[in-house]
Amino acid sequence: MAAGPMKMRATLAGSNTAGVYTEVRVLMTHPMTTAQMKEGLHHIRNIVVKQNGKPVVEAEISQAVSRNPVFSFRLKGGAKGDKIEVSWVDNKGESNSIETAVA
Amino acid sequence: MTRRSLLAFLGLLLAKPLSVLAAWNEQAFGAKTAADALKTLGAASPAPSNDIVIEAPQIAENGAVVPIEISSNIPGTTSIAVLIEKNPFPLTGRFDFKADALPFVKLNVKMGETSDVRVVAEAGGKHYSASREIKVTIGGCGG
Repeated sequence: MAAGPMKMRATLAGSNTAGVYTEVRVLMTHPMTTAQMKEGLHHIRNIVVKQNGKPVVEAEISQAVSRNPVFSFRLKGGAKGDKIEVSWVDNKGESNSIETAVA
Repeated sequence: MTRRSLLAFLGLLLAKPLSVLAAWNEQAFGAKTAADALKTLGAASPAPSNDIVIEAPQIAENGAVVPIEISSNIPGTTSIAVLIEKNPFPLTGRFDFKADALPFVKLNVKMGETSDVRVVAEAGGKHYSASREIKVTIGGCGG
């Protein structure tokens, strides 16, 4: 299986009293194989989440993240129409990214 | 092509992959024990904390996909590291939260066997830790 498309949803959550936050849920199509598997080591290494062009979360991950990784992140505040971008790079230098507006 | 332009061209070729490939802590991710990984991350002896919340199933039937939700209520949390103590390479992820992000992450991980899952949060240059055991019926690292 090769790396493939991504899916993402970004919505406003929380409440005005307790505080509003932006919930980002992103799916990455990726085999995430370990060195023990017959496909050999192939995994996402770096993930960057950007809010209106500014990095807000930067992650490094290992081959122990499940195949076709799904992550949820939460950003402080936010408004409808904010641009959220998530990108990844794997250990073979392959990469992908997706952008969506907060609904 | 002049020698200078050739050098500039080679420089461009070299610079590109470096800018695309972000940093990845090979030493910490290659550590075979959680203690070694934490030492490499500069978090050798984190203080136990009840302000790190780990939501996960008590029993995971399928070790290939174990959902874990983590949040830190420690003020000023800037990063969270996730370690699965009994996996061959315990360090599974390290998440850096900038000022505009909440110290929260939800992810799915692979677990080879029943293990403690340790979460280490960094706040104000100090490290805090919490852990939780997840029992695994069928391991998820083979295949």
